Amino acid sequence: MKRHVRPYGDTTGDGMVQTSFTLPVPAGPKADGAALQLATKMGIDPAMVVHSRPIGDGFTFFVVYGSVRHIVDLDDVRVVERDYPLLPPAEVNTALRRLLRRKLVVVGACIGTDAHTVGIDAILNIKGFAGEKGLEYYRELKVVNLGAQVSVPELVRRARAEKADAVLVSQVVTQRDAHLLNTREMSAAFREAMGERRPLLIAGGPRFDPLMAADLGVDRVFGRSTTPGDVASYLVHAVRTRKENP
Amino acid sequence: MALLDLDPQVVAKARELAAKAAEPVVALAKAHTTVSVERATLRLAGITGADTTHRAGDVPWVNRVVDTVREHCGLEHGVALPVFHALREHDLPTLTDLAEATAAGQVRYTLPTGRDRDRARKAATAAITRGLRTVDRNRAHRDKLVTKLGDPPRRPWLYLIVATGDIDEDVVQARNAARAGADVIAVIRSTGQSLLDYVPEGATHHGFAGTYATQENFRIMRAALDEVSKEVGRYIRLTNYASGLCMPEIAVLAGLQRLDMMLNDSMYGILFRDINPVRTFVDQRFSRQVHARAGIVINTGEDNYLTTADAVDAAHTVTVSQLLNAHFAHEAGLPDHLLGLGHAFEINPEIPESFRLELAHALLARELFPDAPLKWMPPTKHMTGDVFHGYLLDGFFTLAGLLTGQSILLVGMMTEAVVTPFLSDRDLALRNVRYVLNAAGGLREDFRPAPDGLIVRRAHQVLGEAVDLLGRIVDDGLLDAIADGTFGLMKRPATGGRGADGVIAKADDYLNPAADLLEAQP
Repeated sequence: MKRHVRPYGDTTGDGMVQTSFTLPVPAGPKADGAALQLATKMGIDPAMVVHSRPIGDGFTFFVVYGSVRHIVDLDDVRVVERDYPLLPPAEVNTALRRLLRRKLVVVGACIGTDAHTVGIDAILNIKGFAGEKGLEYYRELKVVNLGAQVSVPELVRRARAEKADAVLVSQVVTQRDAHLLNTREMSAAFREAMGERRPLLIAGGPRFDPLMAADLGVDRVFGRSTTPGDVASYLVHAVRTRKENP
Repeated sequence: MALLDLDPQVVAKARELAAKAAEPVVALAKAHTTVSVERATLRLAGITGADTTHRAGDVPWVNRVVDTVREHCGLEHGVALPVFHALREHDLPTLTDLAEATAAGQVRYTLPTGRDRDRARKAATAAITRGLRTVDRNRAHRDKLVTKLGDPPRRPWLYLIVATGDIDEDVVQARNAARAGADVIAVIRSTGQSLLDYVPEGATHHGFAGTYATQENFRIMRAALDEVSKEVGRYIRLTNYASGLCMPEIAVLAGLQRLDMMLNDSMYGILFRDINPVRTFVDQRFSRQVHARAGIVINTGEDNYLTTADAVDAAHTVTVSQLLNAHFAHEAGLPDHLLGLGHAFEINPEIPESFRLELAHALLARELFPDAPLKWMPPTKHMTGDVFHGYLLDGFFTLAGLLTGQSILLVGMMTEAVVTPFLSDRDLALRNVRYVLNAAGGLREDFRPAPDGLIVRRAHQVLGEAVDLLGRIVDDGLLDAIADGTFGLMKRPATGGRGADGVIAKADDYLNPAADLLEAQP
């Protein structure tokens, strides 16, 4: 892999990208010119407006192709790479049994007003996601799915009552940064109620940035395309780490 | 024309079993009332507005009154008699005055007897009759507008969602959508409204992923759509949601503001919002009686099962739920032409022959309910953020709807599960639909699945599995089946869930003129 890369259209280094957007401008030559100007400012140079089409009276939709000037320096790319091995369910079970000699308790919920359980259900329900079975399928995991619209105090109470080792919260709705506010409220509540003895806190949702874990006060953030296997493998890793560095 | 050659005896058996499974639940619904049914009754009797001085924020007057009546004399006799008795005793001009006096702690509610009881019953009946007359007038007005402006020129009707959180922005989007070809506008509710045990008041501008359902928001949107209906020369229908803890009240508000369709599922609240099953069945029955009176098309929520359960393995649970929903609806007085039974295009596109399986399922629904305006829902579960692939999937979804004669088509968005649709996403989605309708509008005429082909065999198989499951539900009881996770893999015990404390067993002398008038409707 080269250190410096550009987008690939059909030739190495051509920098070709495709994008589409709408401008609040009536269709016409002026609108096309405006699209071209925007594309140029976005670093697409030369840009081709290959399609423009009016939407109602005051809007125009564009498809633009062109070459971007920008170059990506892979050495400057910072991401959370999986720092633990991905384990199949049987190995997760064996590892947990050896580490804990009891089942690991996972409490999951959608907190705040978020009623979208699709994310938490995809991870927890036995049905699973993307062909992988959910955490309920793992023999050494005890899963308590509290469902949607669980308040933070209720989550803390249930986590305590169930002696949760890990708490998973899912947030889909992101209007007015609800997902960030809710997650921070949750981690603060656990710190206040349980201090160092708090369970592992894990947040997930399609619009989360995995780099935000520290900022949100949680142990791990999972973003888009996370599968139950990712989460189960992480749990093994985290339990092991906690045990080795108490 | 029937293409599946379904055995009429099996079909009859399926309907019979659904009726049998529903029977104990209907009895349960008749034997109970809920706080929301009582509040809906007062809304029909004319209470509007909210207590804006309450420390918890705006509390609707109906909540204040019903909660106080419950404290003073319980709700097992119904709220109508104590309320109208108090109105006369305190010599107050309107129910709103009574509500204000209630909030000020000046009213002591009692259950009237003898002549007082007769007087209160008459006054309550008169007030509620006036409310129902408004509902009747709205229905007649809709019929008049439809006659004058016309229905959409073809089936399926195109159903489009707006969801900005701000009713004023919703109006802009809805108008544009109607001009671009939408026949039905649905205003998605704010996330979490289903679990509010009250209906918010007034015009609202700050919803989460949707806009609060309020009487004023209903009025604003209906007025805007009336305007744009004239402009586009067809009656644009308005949809909202009668689900959650306030089904009966929202049904009343929909009737009072001439909404045209309402999401109303017999089990959705139980399964997907963890609302108490008894609460849901009681609320559902009353709300559907109100919809029947208002001539509102209900939309049921079977599509949701397939977002949690597998669309192939669980196909028969959709059929079972449709049969149950249809039975509950008939029992509440809704005729076939108001039954927008739902189903969805949710089979994993990686499965071989997934499109033929979709056709089989969709055709089965069509032939089981030939006179119902079926609602066909687009893929959501397998929309991945690859908007280009999603666009193709939506095209196939539309084609399946066309080939199987679906009645209401929820237009699929390529950005489903990614972002709230852009203006351009909606425009592209409608172009997608228009292309399919234009290119293959009459293809149904040529569509004859082979008598022993995959489609026909699959439809027979699903119907057979549905009959088997219904048999087990009849044996175990519907409430137990729900508790066992039969639908959408959700396990919901009859004693659990939210809103259970709002369910009250009726006393022998329970009286609710609204329920009586609705029960008596033709």
